[in-house]
Amino acid sequence: MLLSVLVYGFINSVILAMVALGFSITFGISRVANFSHGGFYILGGIFTWYGLIKLGMPYFLSAGLSIIIIGALGALMYKVILIRLRGLELSEVIATLSLGIVILELLRGLGVFGYEFRNPVFMDGSVDILGVGVGIQRIIIVCAGALLLILLHFFVHHTKMGLAFRGVAQQEHTALSVGINPDLVSMLSLAMGSVMCALSAVLILPLGVISVDEGYDILIKALAVCIIGGLESTLGVLVAAFIIGYIEVLTSMYISSALTSVVPLACMLGILLVRPSGIFGKSKEIEERV
Amino acid sequence: MSTERRKERIDRPIKAVTDDIFCLSSIREIAYLVIPRMLPVVGLLLLAFLVPPYWRKVMVITFVMGMMALSWDFMASCGLTSLGQALFFALGAYSAGAANHYLGLPIYLSIPLGTLIGAVISTACIYPTLGLRGIYFSVVTLIIPLMLMRVVETTGIFGGTEGITGLSPFPGIIVTIALSMIALWITFFGLRRLIDSDYGHIFVALKDNDRAVEASGLSIRWFKVQAIFIGSGICCFCGAFMTHYYMSIGMSAFAVDLSIFPIAASVVGGMGTLVGPLLGAIILGPLSEALRAFGSFRVVIYAALLGTFIVMLPEGLFPYLARKYQQIERWVEAPGGISED
Amino acid sequence: MEYLKIENLRKTFGGVVAVDNISFEVEQGALLGIIGPNGSGKTTTVNLITGFLTPDSGKVMFKGRDIAGLRASKITNLGIGRTFQMVKPFYRLPAFKNLVVPLFSPRVKRMGGHYGEKDTLALDILEDIGFERDSAVPYKPASILPHGYLKRLEMARVIALQSELIVFDELYSGLTLAEVASISPMIEKLIEAGKTIIMVEHRLKELFKIAHRVMVLDQGKKIAEGSPREIMKQPSVKKAYLGVEL
Repeated sequence: MLLSVLVYGFINSVILAMVALGFSITFGISRVANFSHGGFYILGGIFTWYGLIKLGMPYFLSAGLSIIIIGALGALMYKVILIRLRGLELSEVIATLSLGIVILELLRGLGVFGYEFRNPVFMDGSVDILGVGVGIQRIIIVCAGALLLILLHFFVHHTKMGLAFRGVAQQEHTALSVGINPDLVSMLSLAMGSVMCALSAVLILPLGVISVDEGYDILIKALAVCIIGGLESTLGVLVAAFIIGYIEVLTSMYISSALTSVVPLACMLGILLVRPSGIFGKSKEIEERV
Repeated sequence: MSTERRKERIDRPIKAVTDDIFCLSSIREIAYLVIPRMLPVVGLLLLAFLVPPYWRKVMVITFVMGMMALSWDFMASCGLTSLGQALFFALGAYSAGAANHYLGLPIYLSIPLGTLIGAVISTACIYPTLGLRGIYFSVVTLIIPLMLMRVVETTGIFGGTEGITGLSPFPGIIVTIALSMIALWITFFGLRRLIDSDYGHIFVALKDNDRAVEASGLSIRWFKVQAIFIGSGICCFCGAFMTHYYMSIGMSAFAVDLSIFPIAASVVGGMGTLVGPLLGAIILGPLSEALRAFGSFRVVIYAALLGTFIVMLPEGLFPYLARKYQQIERWVEAPGGISED
Repeated sequence: MEYLKIENLRKTFGGVVAVDNISFEVEQGALLGIIGPNGSGKTTTVNLITGFLTPDSGKVMFKGRDIAGLRASKITNLGIGRTFQMVKPFYRLPAFKNLVVPLFSPRVKRMGGHYGEKDTLALDILEDIGFERDSAVPYKPASILPHGYLKRLEMARVIALQSELIVFDELYSGLTLAEVASISPMIEKLIEAGKTIIMVEHRLKELFKIAHRVMVLDQGKKIAEGSPREIMKQPSVKKAYLGVEL
């Protein structure tokens, strides 16, 4: 029992972290809160499904294509919509939220509902870990998540592009004055966030059915994790993902699975009451106190 | 050398004259002032009672949505940009529904009680987030109602997915429509009076500069609580009202479209003007009824409209129309070229 | 009993020590100037005293009571008013309505005396501070006022609050010489009225004319304190201010 909590909590946490990272990366670099995250997530899954089932493409081709398409969509959203609204936080939020809702409700209207909308797992079967049977798909998710994190860390800290990203995140105007184009960087950050979103969709969606409500669910979870961890801190997102991930699994195993949905909400409100900028949010005490 | 042209905007003469009430001298000038102000009041009054019975229901919904839009606009002008008005709506609805269903209170008690309890619970729900501002506040308000919806769904409280049915109805459609219209006007004029009063200036100041409010010796937390209480109270009334109107309550009260509608109405009509949201609701309410046949595409159309307006006409319809009414635009030649200022 | 006594005040921001064990005292009716190079912790000190930041350790004793860590609004109501380096008016309100907000504070109510219309009172205060009453200036929205007026509006706020200890955070920055020359007498008048003043300032020449004592900060530490004359002679001060003419 305890071992299965350990294993499943870990997997749950990695899933949460992957979903939240895409949002937090975009926000951390360009200050754009991409509320169409949930929409992109489901769209990524649906594109993969369409390529795979309807067009008969090989799995990895279809998945890869849909990841690229979603990335391009993120960049396009910046280029067409957000660039006109830069600096108007409220308008940015409303624009991305409305785009997300357009995507999700459009899919609902087109009849994306039911058991047929389902991506197959990469590989069948299960493995024993610490005496607990775990599906291979879940193991792939954990490995991919770890790989993604390492790549991300390398990219941000050891490449020129990553340096430019960090520059824009810290001081947009200074970055501009040393020859970095903040618009380009912001566009790329949106593309990157969207790619990560689609990637997690491709990996995670085979565990369940593709449904519109899942899109809202993912958005909620990603936001809750980011809020608890501190919106722009990658470390915070990881820690928060593990906190919520384990508490969720613990609640469903020991108390009642019906109460699982209460966990993120209660965690979030509790944390906000104590530390308004999240566990690892940057020290903005003045903002906190007022 | 080619002369460039630029667009010039100047006030109409009649506007300049009527700016000062002591200068009014003709029926035309009085009409210039009075007609745009009377038009909505009289227009709605006529419309509400003259339209065919089916459309009366639409009017009720429009009025209620107008109130929600007003409440959103008020909160937004206090710097509290909520993306989850559905939370307040649902809390009001569930409070009134529970008061009516479990306690057996009659409708004239359950609505005020539901409003009050709902507003108190809403304020308590939002209280932890008051340390946040801007985007952070929006994020949290967006997810709280969605999370509560999941809570109701999985734990099955208040009827769970089924909801509560069989609540007491209103006595008749005329009463309903009159009540909702009166409530709408009270909300509108009340909020306008509040914003223009000295006390209301503190709420305006909250958005402009919360640190300076703190440096003025006023606790911004306390004033934000007041703003939330007022804003959520209005939405809770809407929720309580609609519960009894539909005679049932369900999880759909938390749904995202109820959060989107007030924002869409405000953005389309013009944020921060109070008249704008009203105008937006009057346009979008009947429109959404006309689009009923499209089912889930209705929300798509709202959201698309919202996105289009925020990009293309961010000021909204009302300021746009007001400008057209008050100013002349014309092209004039700019011999010196257009300066880059 | 000291009027304002700061003991071992310390504040760090993620490893950077912004204010490092600073102690000083201010007597009632005195004008203390705080100077120092950029990043020396002047504004942080102000924020710590006025409650906009919570100190990591140390005490802020105001009239015998430790006020460190109280909410900013609470401290304001105890009688410590402040201005902001970056002007913070309420942009959407007319200039005189900007003062209506502080006039609602519990402190003003408790002090009594202010009966009658808030608007008239606000206009009176603005007139004293240099807004010509009969011109349109006090009625214009703060968003279109020039910088000099906005600085005066900041000052007007603490006057409206009837603060007894006033902290000016770089009041003179961005003002022309003529504007400084018109504001300096107002500060002297405040001192004459029995107020205590702390001025954080970069314009040393103007500050040294009116300050009673001056404290010098460098990298979060207090490196000197004394009368303006003494401070000018200190070699350590010259070193911290290398290149700045005294």
